[in-house]
Parts: sequence; structure tokens; C-alpha cells
Amino acid sequence: MIARLLAGAALAALAVGSAQAQQGKISGDVVKIGVLNDRSGLYADLGGEGSAVAVRMAVEEVGGKILGKPIEVVSADHQNKPDIGSNLSREWIDRDGVDVIVDVPNSGVALAVQEVTREKKTIFLMQGPATSRLTGDACSPTGFHWAYDTRALAVGTGQAIVKEGGKSWFFLTADYAFGHQLETDTAAQVKKAGGSVVGAVRAPLNTADFSSFLLQAQSSGAQVIGLANAGGDTITSIKQASEFGLTQSGQQKLAGLLIFLSDVHALGLQVAQDLVLTTGFYWDMDDEKRAWSEKYKAKTGKMPTMVQAGSYSSVKHYLKAVEAAGTDDGPTVAAKMKEMPVNDMFAKNGKILPNGRMVHDMYLARVKKPSESKGPWDYYEIIRTIPGDEAFATLAESGCKLPG
Amino acid sequence: MATEIHAVRRETAAPTTGRPSMPGLVALAVLLLVLIAAPYVLYPVFVMKVLCFALFACAFNLLIGFAGLLSFGHAAFFGGAAYITAHTVKVWGLPPELGILLGTAFSATLGLAFGALAIRRQGIYFAMITLALSQMVFFMALQLKFTGGEDGIQAVPRGHLFGMIDLSQPMAMYYTVLAVFLFGFLVIWRTVHSPFGQVLKAIRENEPRAISLGYRTDHYKLMAFVLSAALAGLAGGTKAIVFQLATLTDVQWQMSGAVVLMTLLGGIGTLFGPVVGAALVVTLENYLAASNLPVPVVIGVIFVACVLLFRRGIVGEIAARFVGKRP
Repeated sequence: MIARLLAGAALAALAVGSAQAQQGKISGDVVKIGVLNDRSGLYADLGGEGSAVAVRMAVEEVGGKILGKPIEVVSADHQNKPDIGSNLSREWIDRDGVDVIVDVPNSGVALAVQEVTREKKTIFLMQGPATSRLTGDACSPTGFHWAYDTRALAVGTGQAIVKEGGKSWFFLTADYAFGHQLETDTAAQVKKAGGSVVGAVRAPLNTADFSSFLLQAQSSGAQVIGLANAGGDTITSIKQASEFGLTQSGQQKLAGLLIFLSDVHALGLQVAQDLVLTTGFYWDMDDEKRAWSEKYKAKTGKMPTMVQAGSYSSVKHYLKAVEAAGTDDGPTVAAKMKEMPVNDMFAKNGKILPNGRMVHDMYLARVKKPSESKGPWDYYEIIRTIPGDEAFATLAESGCKLPG
Repeated sequence: MATEIHAVRRETAAPTTGRPSMPGLVALAVLLLVLIAAPYVLYPVFVMKVLCFALFACAFNLLIGFAGLLSFGHAAFFGGAAYITAHTVKVWGLPPELGILLGTAFSATLGLAFGALAIRRQGIYFAMITLALSQMVFFMALQLKFTGGEDGIQAVPRGHLFGMIDLSQPMAMYYTVLAVFLFGFLVIWRTVHSPFGQVLKAIRENEPRAISLGYRTDHYKLMAFVLSAALAGLAGGTKAIVFQLATLTDVQWQMSGAVVLMTLLGGIGTLFGPVVGAALVVTLENYLAASNLPVPVVIGVIFVACVLLFRRGIVGEIAARFVGKRP
């Protein structure tokens, strides 16, 4: 009787042991990567299908397989609606066994997906969203914020421009929380670097006519006009500033706080010339970046934005971590990712803080004049490198409280 | 424009007898069975979303289909309630049922204010007044501190229903949402088939005649408006608990447009039309998301096709073809 019981216990122990061993491998015998972003709206150009292409490039580079199991890439359009984003990511994880979600522009949607991935212990690699809350009060043990964030943009554009001689600032701010935050953050950086803010004007969201605001900016006499707005507002204000001859006079400089390569491409150099901005990636900086970007351009016909390049980089790093950890279990891989430095064409010696912030160098760029540009996509002149430790908040500053 | 709307409405209107019709009861039974079984076949969160939007569309339909008032500001009630529910549950720590109730009460109050102003005008002016008022709500949602701007209110706890049922369980949440939906649907059913509903239809068909019969039509219209707003709020509050968030998407004017679309697709003035329309739009939004087709374009094409080819909407066409036209 006792022998039988012992044998039974041993069998049970074996069963448990093998179950654990199985858990330690690849769930569902496939590593599934879900690219969730805006594919039909405002942010389709800066992420969209391009992010999915970049992710597939990362998968191809490792031969489409990891630990002997295939890697699959799926993608979907969240249409900038948080409920669709939340529903799709939940369904992906629960039903389709998606192991990692990538990109997700639009801070509202990203915050919703962050809650889902936190609950499901799934890796979340954020490229498109801007808000630094994602590694601050809304941080998650399995969430990673990669390409940029609002804090890095504020430091980059605010501090770096003052160091380049742009001492006095005037802000043209979109009148809602995002704009206010961007203005406050940037103004703090400007003052920290020894500059001064001579004034600010608040324009309603989706303003069609910036003329009165631009006139105020012009008459303020400030050297730098900071555009604390985003999307359509940024595009409109830059266009109208160009029509007013604001920048051509050489007296004043426009500083864009949230501008992507795709925006500059859409505006054209004639309009966007001399605009100063901060970016996490520019294709024409070194051979490695050029080589990768040319390959990307062959597939899409466009040069990558920092969001698309970041999607590639983060998935590459994720796959390395899966390889090293020998499993695709979310928390285990997340811990591994934070241990390893990020070294690829996107970032050199990038490090990941415990709150999921990937710290890498940012760049202050000036948009070239049409006469300076040698060909298509030759848009930026990099005027300053901002070291990652300066650009991004430290763990203590971020306000992130993770258990353990 | 106004006469055109009237012409379409006459054509699409459901049988207007006081008693629920036999085919209607059969359809209700089928709907109930489908909804009870749905979460075992489909993804529960998805079906919950369909139910929330279906209730929203039904509430909207009560106004346009039965009282003949085209409101273009229903997003304010839907989204406003979502914010109130999310805030009271997350920050004040209220249980979910109380949060939803407060959201509904908020929307009813808002509906009373909006309605009192808007029903003084008709047709396009009515629509524009409601749109303008709802844009004010959108502006407040964007600017006020507690709504979190474009980040919205996130990570709302689902909590325990009546302190007992754990709503973080998908099935518990599903049947709660189903109960809310059925409650709302039956309220609308009852309203439509009541003497009150009959008067509404009389106002829709010919307001001067209703006045000459001695009805104070403004009172009836206002009551219908408040009821519709409250039910839209019930849907919005429930959605906030399901998705654990409330964001600008819900108060944007596009949401007011989406609910018009759902109702038109399904069939204005039919009880089941909005349910079918909402299911169709939500399904398209979800399942086309993974395809390479641009979702808004596809939905737009379907809308145009619907308006050109079957103006009664899906359920309206079926009812006209199989059940026979109006008596």
C-alpha cells in the first residue's frame, strides 16, 4: 500500500516536473508577434504597415525561426480607438496566443493596451505613443517604451536648442492636456539650460487659421518659437509660418516638439526648411543605418521613421532575449531583455531601465534647405547628439512604482 | 430635406399596432437564445461591445425611429456617462452598479437640459443644436482635469457586482452586460408599445394634428429625449466597466455619426434594426482591422450602398418582404 502511494506520488511529481519543463518552452509552439497600430488614419505614415514591414525584416534576419519554432507576424488597425485596441489585444492574447505586441501609436490606445498586457503578463514594445506616463505612473513589468517619449523630446528640443544659442522662447501651444504638458516640460528644460520664456499663446485643438497666433509669436521677438502641438496642428502651423515668412527672415527659428520624418516628407523642404526637431533615429547617419534603411526602402518605397526603425530594433532585441531565456514566457523574457544591452543599427549600448524605458542617444536635427539637399529623403542635418542619460528620465524621476 | 426624411420614415416604419406582433416575439426569443449562447462561440469581450453599442443604437432609434427627432449629439450622453462611471468607480471607489447608475443619471440630467433647448426647433436645426451642445461636452472632456485629456480614464477596476459577483470573470461580466442590455431593450419595447409610444408616433407622422388633438407635444418629445439620453448613458456606463476605460472616442462627434450609421444600416423605426446594425458595424471594425482594407472606407461604401439600394435598412427590408407591409 505504502509502496503504491509512493509510486503514485513519484508519478505525480514527474508529471508536474514535465509540465513545468513544457511551460519553460515556447507557448503554442509558435512565437507570435502582433503589430497593432493605425493603418488608415493620422498615424498611418509614421507607423502603419511600415512598422509591420520592419518587424518582418527582424524576423527574416533570424531565419524566421527561434529555438526551433516558427515565428509568425500578424497586424491590425486599431483605428485610434482605445476600445478597439484593448479588445483586439485581449483577443490576440487569449485566442490567438500572441506573445508580444508592437508599436501602438496614440497614447490613449497605448495606455489601454498597457493595462491588458499587464494583466496578461504579455510583452508590450511601444514605439508610436509619446507620453512618458507609460514608463511613469502607468508603467508595467512587461511594458517597454523604445523610440522616444515626451520627456526626451522636451529635453532634446528645449535644452539642446538653448545650448545652440536659441536663448529666448515663445510657445505656440495646443490648448489641451498634451500641449500644456509639452509646453511645461520644455519650458522647464529651457530655463534649466539658462534660456528664458518670453510668452506663450494657446490655440484651440484643430485650428485652421494660426495667423493671429503666429503674429503674436512674431512680435514677441523670441529667437525660438516652440510648437507644443501635434499632428494636423503642427503641419498647419508650420505651413502658415512659412507663408508668413517667419523663418525666412532668419530672425526666428521654429522648433517642432513632435515631428517625424514622414511629416517633413509630407510638408516638403521648401516649407519645412530650418525647422529644428528631436529624433531618435535618422537613416543617413552611419553605414549600418543606411544599409538597413535602404533595404527597408526597397520594400516600402520610403525611408523609415524612428517609430518604424524602433519596431525593428525592439523585436530584434526581444527575439535575442527569447533565445537567451529559452522560453517565450512574458515576465522571464522581460527580465532577460532588461539584463542585455541593446546593440543594433538603431542604438549603440542602449540600456533598459527597470521601468521599461530603453535609454539611447537622441539627436537634434535641422531640416535642410532645398538647396542643401542632395536627393530624395536627404532631409536632416544632425546638429547635436543628446546622450541617452540626459534625454530620458531616471527610474527615480519617472515616478514608476513596480512591485518587487 | 425634412419632407424627404418624412417620406422615408413612413415607408420604413414598423407596424404601429399597440400589441407586440407575433413575429416580433419570435424574433425576441431567437435574439435571446443567440445572446445566451454567443460567448461560448464568439469572444466574450467582443460580444459585450456589440451589446453596449446595440443598446446605444436602440436608445438613439427610440428618438429618431419613433419620435422622428434626429439627434446628432448622442455621443455626449454615451461618452459623458462613460466618464462619470469610470471616475466614480475608479476614484471614488463606488461599486460598478452604482457607478453605472450615476452615469445614467448624469446622462438623463444632461438629456433634460439638451432636450429642453433642442426640441424648440425641428429638422436640421434640431440636429445642429444637439451637435453644438455635444461638442461643448467634448470640449469639457478634453479640458477638465478629471477626464485625463486625450489619455482618458484608464485602468478602471471592474469590481464586484452587488459586492458578490466578481466581474473580472469574463462570463460574469458578460451576463451582467446581457442583463443590462435586455433591461434597456425591454424598456424601449414597452415604451414603443405603450400609449405614450403611440402618441410619439402620432407626433412623428403629423405634429400639428397631434397638437390639435390636444397633446402637449413638447412634453412628449422632451420625455422621449430624456429617456433616450438615459438609455444611451446606461450603454456608455456599461461600456466603461467592460473596457475599463473612458476616452475621447466616446464623446467625439464621430460617435454620434456612428450611431446614426448603425441605426440606418439596421433599419430606422424597427426594434431589432439597431441591434443588427450595431453588430454589423462593430464586427466590421473588429474583423476588418486585421485585413489590409481601410476600415472607414469599407464602412462608408456599405453605408452608401445601403442608402441607395435598401433604404429601409436590413431589418426593415426583411420585415417588408417576409412579414408583409404595414396593415
